[in-house]
Amino acid sequence: MKLFRSSSGDSVPNQNAQPARSTRRSNGLGEIAKVLAQQEQLCILDLGSTSANNIRYFTERGHKIYSEDLLEASTDPALAATDEQGKPMLDSKRFLAENLLYPSAQFDIVLCWNFPDYLDESLVKPVVEKLWSVLKPGGLLLAFFHTREAGPDAVCYRYHVMGGDNLEMQPIELKKHGRGGSAIRLQRVFNNRHIENLFRDFSSIKFFLSRDNIREVLVVR
Amino acid sequence: MNSPKTGEFALIGKSVVIKGELSGSEDLYIDGQVEGSIELHGNNLTIGANGQVKANVNAKGVVVQGKLEGNIRASDRAELRKSAIAVGDIATQRLAIEDGAYFKGRVDIQGERAKLEASGGK
Repeated sequence: MKLFRSSSGDSVPNQNAQPARSTRRSNGLGEIAKVLAQQEQLCILDLGSTSANNIRYFTERGHKIYSEDLLEASTDPALAATDEQGKPMLDSKRFLAENLLYPSAQFDIVLCWNFPDYLDESLVKPVVEKLWSVLKPGGLLLAFFHTREAGPDAVCYRYHVMGGDNLEMQPIELKKHGRGGSAIRLQRVFNNRHIENLFRDFSSIKFFLSRDNIREVLVVR
Repeated sequence: MNSPKTGEFALIGKSVVIKGELSGSEDLYIDGQVEGSIELHGNNLTIGANGQVKANVNAKGVVVQGKLEGNIRASDRAELRKSAIAVGDIATQRLAIEDGAYFKGRVDIQGERAKLEASGGK
């Protein structure tokens, strides 16, 4: 696994920042759109940056939606801690105790978008394990992973579902420690083997490689 | 949204802290801290940019600019402005969320005329 973050964790200007929205076709979303069209009253968990568009899209079609911005939640200043050597770390136990709490919900679809690539290393595996537990058997999980060519300053997006396999991408800048800290950059690049290992408890995994240095992963629980 | 003019709303100012049950029959603007429950059937609630509310809210219309931890039940509409931090479920007929708002919870759009108006950035 290649780590991009420098040891100092200093912010670096995002040279790829694009103020305007852009669109892309998503094969993974296309597969999910087929399921959405065939079934009613599905329960969907959107873990990306809050999108009113997505809430409208799913509720208009009679589905239930839960929204939870995991990346934003991971920047909570209250999670800042230090390890035994005094190095700054993130309190992953507290994060998991405060997020992804769905005792009565079992989801048909979980939309991770690109958060695994930006999430703190200590959170990735336990979050995926927790997602397994909130997905129904046969439920779908969609995640995007950057390829190495994307580079450490790859733009983080808010994803808006536009219908079918169409996605609108809105650049966002994530801040450490809430809304006033330094910018969060791409944390790492997973290769296919890492991704397969990350989702090893799921029943199947499908990769879609796109032209924009993104691998889409559609996982079935 | 600017702070309301006196007389148009009941106002809970920045320095006010309330714990308990709030109910009334007029519109309410909260810029202080409230913990408990808020019942404003047929009237509107606005949580100002400085407002910090930990309560389940029941009102005709709810606008959040500050922080709200609790469920929203709005018989007409709910709005989350870009500075909003809202944690809790929302049940309403119409919902508007501006880009930049933080929302964590479930959305339940109710009624035959249920619709959601996405705003901000469009």
